Amino acid sequence: MELTLWTYEGPPHVGAMRIASSMKDIHYVLHAPQGDTYADLLFTMIERRGQRPPVTYTTFQARDLGGDTAELVKKNIKEAVDRFRPKTLLVGESCTAELIQDQPGALAKGMGFDMPIVNLELPAYSKKENWGASETFYQLTRTLLKEKVSFSEKINPLRWKKLGRRPKINILGPSLLGFRCRDDVIEIQRILSEQGIDTNVVAPLGASPEDIERLIDAEVNICLYQEIAEASCEWLKRNFGMEYTKTIPIGIKNTIEFINEVHNKLDLPLTNKQELEHKSKLPWYSKSVDSNYLTGKRVFIFGDGTHAIAAAKIAKEELGFEVVGLGTYTREMARQVRATAKDLNLEALITNNYLEVEDAMKKAAPELVLGTQMERHSAKRLGIPCSVISTPMHVQDVPARYSPQMGWEGANVIFDDWVHPLMMGLEEHLIDMFKHDFEFVDGHQSHLGHTATNTKDFLKSDEKKEKNSKEGIIWTESGRAELTKVPFFVRGKVKTNTEKYAILRGILEISDETLYDAKAYFSKLNY
Amino acid sequence: MSKVDFNKETGPREVFCGLTSIVWLHRRMPDAFFLVVGSRTCAHLIQSAAGVMIFAEPRFGTAILEEKDLAGLADAHEELDRVVNDLIARRPEIKTLFLVGSCPSEVIKLDLATVAEKLNKRFFGQVRFVNYSGSGIETTFTQGEDGALKALIPLMESSNEEKLLLVGTLANNVEDRFKKIFRNLGISNIESFPPRQSTELPKIGKNTKVLLTQPYLSDTVRDLKHRGCEIISAPFPLGIEGSTKWFLAAARAFNISELKVHEIISPLINRSKLALESHKEILKGKKLFLLPESQLEISLARFLHNECEMDLIEVGTPYLNKDLMKEEINLLPDNTKIVEGQHVEKQLDRVRKSNPDLVVCGMGLANPLEAEGISTKWSIEMVFSPIHGIDQAADLAGLFSKPLRRNQILTSKTLVTH
Ligand code: SF4
Repeated sequence: MELTLWTYEGPPHVGAMRIASSMKDIHYVLHAPQGDTYADLLFTMIERRGQRPPVTYTTFQARDLGGDTAELVKKNIKEAVDRFRPKTLLVGESCTAELIQDQPGALAKGMGFDMPIVNLELPAYSKKENWGASETFYQLTRTLLKEKVSFSEKINPLRWKKLGRRPKINILGPSLLGFRCRDDVIEIQRILSEQGIDTNVVAPLGASPEDIERLIDAEVNICLYQEIAEASCEWLKRNFGMEYTKTIPIGIKNTIEFINEVHNKLDLPLTNKQELEHKSKLPWYSKSVDSNYLTGKRVFIFGDGTHAIAAAKIAKEELGFEVVGLGTYTREMARQVRATAKDLNLEALITNNYLEVEDAMKKAAPELVLGTQMERHSAKRLGIPCSVISTPMHVQDVPARYSPQMGWEGANVIFDDWVHPLMMGLEEHLIDMFKHDFEFVDGHQSHLGHTATNTKDFLKSDEKKEKNSKEGIIWTESGRAELTKVPFFVRGKVKTNTEKYAILRGILEISDETLYDAKAYFSKLNY
Repeated sequence: MSKVDFNKETGPREVFCGLTSIVWLHRRMPDAFFLVVGSRTCAHLIQSAAGVMIFAEPRFGTAILEEKDLAGLADAHEELDRVVNDLIARRPEIKTLFLVGSCPSEVIKLDLATVAEKLNKRFFGQVRFVNYSGSGIETTFTQGEDGALKALIPLMESSNEEKLLLVGTLANNVEDRFKKIFRNLGISNIESFPPRQSTELPKIGKNTKVLLTQPYLSDTVRDLKHRGCEIISAPFPLGIEGSTKWFLAAARAFNISELKVHEIISPLINRSKLALESHKEILKGKKLFLLPESQLEISLARFLHNECEMDLIEVGTPYLNKDLMKEEINLLPDNTKIVEGQHVEKQLDRVRKSNPDLVVCGMGLANPLEAEGISTKWSIEMVFSPIHGIDQAADLAGLFSKPLRRNQILTSKTLVTH
């Protein structure tokens, strides 16, 4: 049993709903009690969908349990098929139905329908939402394509040449309730089409069962979100020999690498290599003199595996930030996130507990947080600016405007979204120099008015602790005065470092000079 | 009873389960913690229904059952013990801990009553434990509050003092208004259940006169009756008519003259009628369809028809206690179609066919109906907003007139292009 106050991911059947709702001509009969219908609002509210998810909930009640719940399942399946006439039927159960073992999938298969039926077994007590989405997409792909396995030769990625047409790829992984999927797909299609590559199928977002059957008309699969599509890509590779890409095109460097990877797989010469760097404004914006102040900004990153890893790379290599924390709730990608963290001399935080994330954030004392909607709240409480880079998200994270994360435009969006919450270059200096100006009270020093009260609360509670530090160290008047002159977002860090230094040197009273000594000591260590 | 048209329907539903009421109950009693014993689905439901709340640590959580808990029951009890111990160590300010059953815990027959009993002994004098079920196989939405209140009744001491007990969660400002009005009427001893602190439970007995503020409290009412309380029969205090009759019923129970009631509430009524006018203007003659969710549907239908002159197409309710609702049903126009239960697909067919001007429904259905060109109002808003009492009648009407007014604004062309 695990105490959970808030969860980054829903149960696995919500993942299945994401696949079903993303697609056309599919219906999902879910053996579940009435309360589970809450999941509809994730789609109709967060994504503002104008259609209900194509899901029928069997809505069994306590009084049904003594009787024949299997009959209830069959009745609902029949009604759903008659009403919605799906081309493929998904059948599964949520946590409660899993316990009563009616085996709705097997029941459905015995009902004599001629459409393909996918029996979804998603263990609700050990797995979560993204796994459920991945498994559903995989089972669906397998069900719709398995008959073609034996007849089909291995797909040669170079066959487009013989066929005398442009090479074709599939874009796999985008789904509803994924982060900016709708726009990522447009961006990636645009980039590839510019390179002379056509998109065969995008799935699951917008695909029909027929489209899934057509997947093997393409030469290569683009695995756009590993969380959702890797299992399917692997299966297609094993059974049809279809190669798939591993690079996630978020950020300039990765987008270029992605384009290279696709070209290599297709053996398609890349003719506009030099142009690529200039397709996005990010490299120049980052190089322009105004961005100097971005150097070494401390950034804390937490999100799903795909977006967290990409963010770390962009932060460090494209914006010149210092990554001071990196983590994910995607256990399936823990190994990769750990490896990236190691490259950054960090220990990755792998957890589903947002309070642990908040603690880590506090300790890391970042100047910018990149996270999910929950990190936005934590950061707000701590008075730190934040940009959302990953699901879970709120309705405000589904913007009306075109705002991908991937490709050239994605890099532009990222530059804007991450840099705007920060203080501007010269502004920062003026505030530092003239802290006595009454307009520059904590949290009200810039165009970013939003941190006011929270910062003060954060400091107040810190100041209380400061007076009776457990090592018996005392902050003198001058020490404390100097500390208040330190910009608020690094003050916590400076305070801990100075105390660490004091302990190291056996200093009992921290004065303004101690602060400068500590500063010199730690900057020597860092460079 | 007026000649209403009762119907029952079964089938797939689109209704929240009783766990959802934790969203407002934990705010009402800030010294209590609601620990759901359930699955990730249950945890996800509550956080999704609560929307995004800026909380440091919420006063509700879920002990999520895992594979190993399902293997053997003894395990699950021990595990729950461990979770509760951790929780109390971390949150020493908790005074009452609700162990809330869910579908999975009911199906595996986890005995939360026994667990609560054991914990009560161990934490005697520090934390009190009660249990109830908010499971979707037994309860819908607001019935969760019914379960939570019922669970508190055994903790309420007995007293034969005469008092008026308002039962059902109210917004604080509305509660204060009600108390003031009752005091002006001459009733001095007034208490609320649930109280604002879980430890300040009212004492009850044969001179306790219970006045319900919410229509979804069937089980609570039954247990209060068993404790000797007198239940005042009245419609619910929604709108001017409902609130007036509600005050009158209370006054009758305390032998206060009708004249006195009118003397005190007439100014409020006059003021409120004036405020209601502009909303009535918009709502008048508009066709209303209420889908089942909060059990407030019948009272809302009565208000929107009698005071705002809307036409009622269909009044859905997830559950109907005819006895508790008889005063309300009597006020409905003849032939009102009431449907208890739901077959969501068939009901939506009826919605489309009847061409309503406004549909009251859950959050999962609102945008899809809007996309079909049908204006909607979320029913969850009724339990999240101060809508009770004479003073709030216009605000209540406003909840329904707003979507219609917005529609008018967005479809009209009022500014000329120069
Ligand atoms: S319906 Fe049952 S399983 Fe679903 S959220 Fe409610 S209590 Fe949990």
